[in-house]
Amino acid sequence: MTTTIDQVALLARRSVLRTWRNPAATIFPLVFPMLLLAVNSGGLRAETHLPGFPTKSFVAFALAVPFIQGALFATMNAGTDLARDIESGFMSRLSLTPLRGAALLAGQLGGVIALGLVQACFYIAVGLVVGVRPAAGVGGVAVLLVFAAFIALAFGSLGATIAIRTGSTESVQSLFPVFFVFLFISSMNIPRNLISTTWFRDAATVNPVSYLLECVRSLIITGWNGEALGLGFGILAIVGTVGLSVASLALPKRLAR
Amino acid sequence: MDHPNTIEAEKLVREFKKGPRAVDGIDLHVEAGEIYGFLGPNGAGKSTTVLMLTTLLPPTAGTARVGGYDVVHDGPHVRARIGAALQEAALDPLLTGREHLQLQAALQALPRDERGPRAKELLERVGLTDAADRKVRGYSGGMKRRLDLAMALVHRPRILFLDEPTTGLDVQSRTALWDEVGRLAREDGVTVFLTTQYLEEADVLADRVGIIDHGHIVAEGTPDALKAEIGRPTVEVIPAGNDGRGPVSAILERFGPLVPSSRGVAVRLEAGEAGLAEVVRALDADNLHVEHLELHSPSLDDVFLAKTGRSLEGHGAE
Repeated sequence: MTTTIDQVALLARRSVLRTWRNPAATIFPLVFPMLLLAVNSGGLRAETHLPGFPTKSFVAFALAVPFIQGALFATMNAGTDLARDIESGFMSRLSLTPLRGAALLAGQLGGVIALGLVQACFYIAVGLVVGVRPAAGVGGVAVLLVFAAFIALAFGSLGATIAIRTGSTESVQSLFPVFFVFLFISSMNIPRNLISTTWFRDAATVNPVSYLLECVRSLIITGWNGEALGLGFGILAIVGTVGLSVASLALPKRLAR
Repeated sequence: MDHPNTIEAEKLVREFKKGPRAVDGIDLHVEAGEIYGFLGPNGAGKSTTVLMLTTLLPPTAGTARVGGYDVVHDGPHVRARIGAALQEAALDPLLTGREHLQLQAALQALPRDERGPRAKELLERVGLTDAADRKVRGYSGGMKRRLDLAMALVHRPRILFLDEPTTGLDVQSRTALWDEVGRLAREDGVTVFLTTQYLEEADVLADRVGIIDHGHIVAEGTPDALKAEIGRPTVEVIPAGNDGRGPVSAILERFGPLVPSSRGVAVRLEAGEAGLAEVVRALDADNLHVEHLELHSPSLDDVFLAKTGRSLEGHGAE
């Protein structure tokens, strides 16, 4: 009998392999956020002259955004891969083995976390090349990587939940525009305290994505900030707990055996 | 306790919400080492039966025991004894054939040092050695089916479920798969439960055949016994001209009941093969010109026709 850990490792390896072999799933999450970073940094650079803007480098300010976009791609990858397995019948094949449901979920998310870490390393490397120096130092970079792993896990579990419940790649992919709306009505392009339109500032304040961005931003721009880190990791803990719980509850029905 | 490699079902039912009874109280008994052909048209209940017997779908009512274990209460024991290649070849297009087999071997808990050799052995057996390290998305339909079969065999199951394994395959791939399934039963003593919509497949491969229609088993027995039950051969006549069908039908009706024919007119001969000469003489006496005349021995399609009033030929996959 293979142990649960063996099973997780096997399925995580498969998840990484299939992502690696699918250029669209690998290159797009790396290139798209960087293109958006370049465009925004060029167009919105003048924001740094606003009184109260937290940094002189817009790239440093905007570098948090790719981490959140990376999470969106993690959601899509985790969900799409699982939904494809269900649609193709591969899940039924796995159901006929002594595979434990928890191992299936953990293996899938393990692959997503691995991709999330690769993305984070790439974003940090690009930031360093263009002159961004994280204010929290080497320790801050390590925390950024931990954050990247957690955000991939939390958002990946949401994608997995939709996949397990619906068994449809279309349903998983329909989440993408929804998440993008959340990203755009956050403090993605300007700090919340500098948003002059009241409804937009209020929306950004209640939007959890703002706090995820501010968590990353604190490590890059201002250094160690307990409140920002607590809020960011706290939101991830809530999203991850909800996502993993719902996915775990839905899985036995999907693995009906 | 020694568990037999048999398949048994009693009054097995599967009802879907807002849908019909896909399987409506079937009884099955498949002996160890037997190839059982489960024959039926589109939507007859073949795949639903396989899903229940492989523990992937709980029955609504009735009981089934596979390998001596109850499919509802002893799922893990059943799954340990069976291999299954379901209707769609369930493969990951981005993995290679060898990676599929090694993953399956690992998940089936084969010892680490056995996984590679077992994958190699199965790749050889299904003729995929040359394609072993190619991604599956580049495989043909036949190659995918053969890999699917190999995956079902990784853990050396004693009972094998094959759900329409040759649907969509070319003749060469179909024959290769038949050979392998026959060898598994003959040489390894594996019990095979095979669903098919192909009469020829059931005829060639199966020791016994069950014919299912609308969720009911309408006939069961060896192919020869089922055909013998029908007994009488059919004569099919294709008239030379377009206006010949009516007169030919009128003559053939004298020799037995007419049966459907897509090409001409056909009759089941009440007098058996001996009636053929009389048919030819009657057609000649009325000076009717015939383009083609053929005597058909009873087939499983005739059995299906006799039991359901419909022909199985030309139906699509379930």
